[in-house]
Amino acid sequence: MALLQISEPGQSTPPHEHKLAAGIDLGTTNSLVATVRSGVADTLADENGEHILPSVVHFADKDEILVGTPALSHATTDPLNTIASVKRIMGRSVKDLATLEGYLPYKFIDNESHVPRIDTAAGAITSVEVSSEILKSLRERAEASLGGELIGVVITVPAYFDDAQRQATKDAATLAGLNVFRLLNEPTAAAVAYGLDQQAEGITAIYDLGGGTFDISILKLTKGVFEVLSTGGDTALGGDDFDREIASWILNQAKLKATNDHQMMRRIMKEARRAKEALTAAEAVDINVVLNGDRHFESTLSRHQFEQLIETHINKTIVWCRKTIRDAGVEVREVQNIVMVGGSTRTPYVREKVADFFGKQPLTNIDPDKVVAIGAAQQANKLAGNNPEEDMLLLDVLPLSLGIETMGELVEKIVDRNTVIPVTRAQKFTTFKDGQTAMRIHVLQGEREKVADCRSLATFDLTGIPAMVAGAAHILVTFQVDADGLLSVSAEEQNSGVRASVEVKPSYGLSDSEIETMLKASFQHAEEDVHTRALIEQQVEADRVLEALRSALAKDGSLITKEEFAKIEQAKSILLSARQGNDGEKIKQAIKSLENESEAFIARRMNRSVQQVMKGHKVEEFE
Amino acid sequence: MSISLTDNAATHVKSYLEKRGKGVGVRLGVKTTGCSGMAYTIEFADQVENEDQVFEDKGVKVIVDPKSMVYLSGTELDFTREGLNEGFKFSNPNEKDRCGCGESFSV
Repeated sequence: MALLQISEPGQSTPPHEHKLAAGIDLGTTNSLVATVRSGVADTLADENGEHILPSVVHFADKDEILVGTPALSHATTDPLNTIASVKRIMGRSVKDLATLEGYLPYKFIDNESHVPRIDTAAGAITSVEVSSEILKSLRERAEASLGGELIGVVITVPAYFDDAQRQATKDAATLAGLNVFRLLNEPTAAAVAYGLDQQAEGITAIYDLGGGTFDISILKLTKGVFEVLSTGGDTALGGDDFDREIASWILNQAKLKATNDHQMMRRIMKEARRAKEALTAAEAVDINVVLNGDRHFESTLSRHQFEQLIETHINKTIVWCRKTIRDAGVEVREVQNIVMVGGSTRTPYVREKVADFFGKQPLTNIDPDKVVAIGAAQQANKLAGNNPEEDMLLLDVLPLSLGIETMGELVEKIVDRNTVIPVTRAQKFTTFKDGQTAMRIHVLQGEREKVADCRSLATFDLTGIPAMVAGAAHILVTFQVDADGLLSVSAEEQNSGVRASVEVKPSYGLSDSEIETMLKASFQHAEEDVHTRALIEQQVEADRVLEALRSALAKDGSLITKEEFAKIEQAKSILLSARQGNDGEKIKQAIKSLENESEAFIARRMNRSVQQVMKGHKVEEFE
Repeated sequence: MSISLTDNAATHVKSYLEKRGKGVGVRLGVKTTGCSGMAYTIEFADQVENEDQVFEDKGVKVIVDPKSMVYLSGTELDFTREGLNEGFKFSNPNEKDRCGCGESFSV
């Protein structure tokens, strides 16, 4: 018979309607699946009692795909067909790989498409396909453990994953036959696992140092609701770097250079990892590895030496902590809890440095490898509706502002950076020219004022706008960012109801170092940007006034006297020359004097058009 | 007739109650639903009602309402593993028939 779990009072489900849900921590190095059974969230083990699934996939041929530990054993013997750390290239373009390639011992196929493909014995494979194999394996494990089909899962992603990386993760889940309730930021999941949502109020820092990524997040809890105040991190920093430091130490000691000998490099990396893990408990560890040919390398690495090797990496994380706390607008001493996440926080030196910085001991009593999956499982259980009494809203924030291009290649921000998502924001725009029937909507991401300094996400055209005078059309542009951080933009002309929209699935994403660079640039260029913006706005205004005047003269030139025309022409040429310069104030003055000179003409024009409209009608009809 | 637990079931109930942090025991019941007419339920119990019957076995309070008691009398609750799946199982002497899936039964 079916095996039962204990439900909350009154929450028993009818037979065949168990709402089975799971939380998945899809990690760079390791992945886990967890679920809530009889009220307790825990990770699920495979047939061999192993909870951790190495995020490694081996493609022997089309019909033989191995996942996890069996795949890992091929890492040294068949490195090109054994894909590890695929999370690093999720949602990345061929172009992005240039910065990472040194660390990725795979053959990439050069192709036209944005999506990098890895050449394996099973054919060309994308990162989404590799991830979906990992997810499939976790899904099978969960369904065997729960005795039924999953109705949905919560998958965690680093807080800094951009749209493309989140979308790629969702695509991988769909490919694995999973229904994604939502993607959840890893730090938020960790806070949930520690039950920090049960506390009254407070500020929590989540320090997550995994195999390949570092995230620091400042969460604020108010009345049981989490809000992510700020996030920072580095998607290319983690325990793998510790391994690499030990590996290059070994190469140095052996007087060797990094080579294309993948098999030797794998052996050295493997030994480096073993040494790192041993140094968590031991003060020194013996290193013993076969190099090339029959050369052996033997030495001893002390914990102190190891700490010196990884010092710069840990310091980088502390710099991020300081910066992110400043971003959140709080003081270091206001942080009440520090949650440690990720296997690399087992390294005693990491804990020591973090405790020094925050001035208090971090929380470490839940297994740092499992904590994210456990939080995700609790969230999945709630989203499945198994615990309707407790509802919890998890709020996340946008890492960069979103906006659209306006006249003069300026960016009008519609959703500001650090806005809590999900969010919907709308803003009205209008046409610039008489009779304009189309408008191009260019969606941008970034903090700078000019289009060239921000990142282009998408463009689409709103066509079929009825011909009207400039400024008469009401175009409502709506930005919608869903709970997973994915953006859709729509534009609607409100008089006619014509619509156009776009789902933003950028072809490639920004790394967080790019995000950081963009943020820094926006701070450095803040003053310059304000000037540029003011100038361009005046230039655009000058163009608008000149255009309006041109169109008025063409239609009603007969209403103007010779003297007026001469004065207007003079003011116009002053404006035209000011328009070429860089002095916004000068342009403003020139616009004003042109408007003054044309005032009488414009007034006469108005009167005439009113007369024309009223011709043949009685005044009363207009009352 | 009373209701009993195997050692394994008692250990698991105790540990789940402890981790949950509240609750006086476990409530077993029968719901009239499912393909063979009735289905077992097992829930945490936060309180005991006046009409409830309470059994204590191996340090665990088992609470049953009088309507369910008619069907559950003599039942033993077990906790087992089948492959990767694990959970509670009812051994009920009153049970006559089960649906193929084993989630519901008739008496």
